Amino acid sequence: MKRGSRFWSWVIFGLTVAYFILPLIATFEFSLRIRREGYTFDAYAIVFADPKFQQTFLYSIVIGICTIIVGLLITVPAAYYVRLKAPQLRPIIEFVTLLPLVIPAIILVFGYIRLYNSSSILPLTNSNLGTDVLLTFAYVALALPYMYRAVDTGLRTIDVRTLTEAANILGASQVTIISRVIFPNIIVAVLSGAFLTLAIVIGEFTIASLLNRQVFGVYMQNIGANKAYTPQALAVVSFVITWGAMGMIQLLARFAPKTARTT
Amino acid sequence: MANVSATADSNTGPVSTGPVVRSGGNPFRFLGALSLGDYLAIAPFVIFALMFLLVPTLGLVVGAFVDAQGNFTLQNIAGLDDPQIMRAFTISVEISAITALLGSGIGLVIALAVIRGGLPSAMRSSLVTFSGVASNFAGLPLAFAFIATLGRLGLVTIILKTLFGFDLSRSFNVISFWGLAVTYLYFQIPLMILIIAPAIDGIKKEWNEAAATLGATNRQFWLWVGLPILWPNLLGSLSLLFANAFGAIATAYALTGSSLNIVPILLYAQIQGDVLHNPGLGAALALGMIVITAFANVIYLVVRTRAERWLR
Repeated sequence: MKRGSRFWSWVIFGLTVAYFILPLIATFEFSLRIRREGYTFDAYAIVFADPKFQQTFLYSIVIGICTIIVGLLITVPAAYYVRLKAPQLRPIIEFVTLLPLVIPAIILVFGYIRLYNSSSILPLTNSNLGTDVLLTFAYVALALPYMYRAVDTGLRTIDVRTLTEAANILGASQVTIISRVIFPNIIVAVLSGAFLTLAIVIGEFTIASLLNRQVFGVYMQNIGANKAYTPQALAVVSFVITWGAMGMIQLLARFAPKTARTT
Repeated sequence: MANVSATADSNTGPVSTGPVVRSGGNPFRFLGALSLGDYLAIAPFVIFALMFLLVPTLGLVVGAFVDAQGNFTLQNIAGLDDPQIMRAFTISVEISAITALLGSGIGLVIALAVIRGGLPSAMRSSLVTFSGVASNFAGLPLAFAFIATLGRLGLVTIILKTLFGFDLSRSFNVISFWGLAVTYLYFQIPLMILIIAPAIDGIKKEWNEAAATLGATNRQFWLWVGLPILWPNLLGSLSLLFANAFGAIATAYALTGSSLNIVPILLYAQIQGDVLHNPGLGAALALGMIVITAFANVIYLVVRTRAERWLR
């Protein structure tokens, strides 16, 4: 009986691995098929040589970094404040940070377009810079659940109150406390949130497309609709980025307890 | 006492803070009343939440009940009763419900097998790690991956044809309802595993032993003890998976173009080019989506509190 159930567990595990690995292998194999003679990496050469790829990819990275910076400026002080002085606000704040998981991205961007269009009080979509700002804030909203949780987890591992009191006695201002005492102590947790944010931003399509921004996701969609084989090369590139980002998070998680202990 | 002073504070909050801040030159006010710094710490978050989460969403909700002249109307909501829109909602609900049911069923079986099936614990941690990544795999690359796998020239299609002479493309099309469902399962199953793994951990081995002492078989244990305890969790994950699929658009858009008319794709076309020829109707469409996802999430929140009772 016991041995039988273990056998079936292995069968289920094997099927699971097959279902999840096969599409990854198939994508890679497909991307090599661009020439009739046999497998080549030409699809990758074509992708990397495409100036549009370079432009959109760079743009997505820049927006991603802006998203991380703005996201940290918003979440770190709020999470710190709630943890230290207003624990009664925690359920409300947490509810708000989970809203982006509840409201689909397409709803958010529709709301932005109606609220910040050219005939509104704050016409962000009028200029390129304004639209970039709007896109960044939209991505901050998408990343908010992950970012806030990462920061909050980081704060949980350190003694916020003692650090704050010590810094206060030494005459540090609140800005100094957050930026030079609290932040360096939670940097590992923050970085894992940052990598997740980057992974989300790099592949995002819906919001950027409706805001008419030429990001990597929109480029991928264009290629996907018009080319064969190269989309799969792009998919492999994007899988590698996602896995790279997740791998970094795993790696950082190993370092996290160490920093917590030394503080 | 504390209650009274708290309400007094919040009533006069904005008015009384001015003088407090100006008179408070005290650097050691970190445990006292709210200082300017406290407001500055929370202000970016509050402003951001208002400007980029709450107001845009509420704007759509209000917009669904307002006509072009700004008067109250139910005409937009009534406009949803249109064959094209109703069909879109039907397909969306069907694809979300089917992938939620299959995703949570398959995810539960996998999680049970890997966590309680006597496999090495390394399998469990690698499964959970992988699920964390794969649950974020939605989007364009996933569509490309499944075209390369199950499409007309996909790897699996070709293997089936050359090895077994079976032509998959006759019975299955990846650019279809079921093609989309199989693709969605790629992120639905991992999401289920992520949600349900902690719940399965909560079912203590001792309960299993206690049941066994009383003469219960393994099957009886799961039927009469395990499942009833997991039941709220299952219902919760079902609604979360439903909402997850309902809002997804990029995968479907890249896979099927606009041939499969789900609500997010219809809304996408409406935002881009007002295909319904009525801006108010777009807001009503958005309201419909908000109501459905909110409903699914409320179910999740309600059953979660019940689920936590046993699993500590």
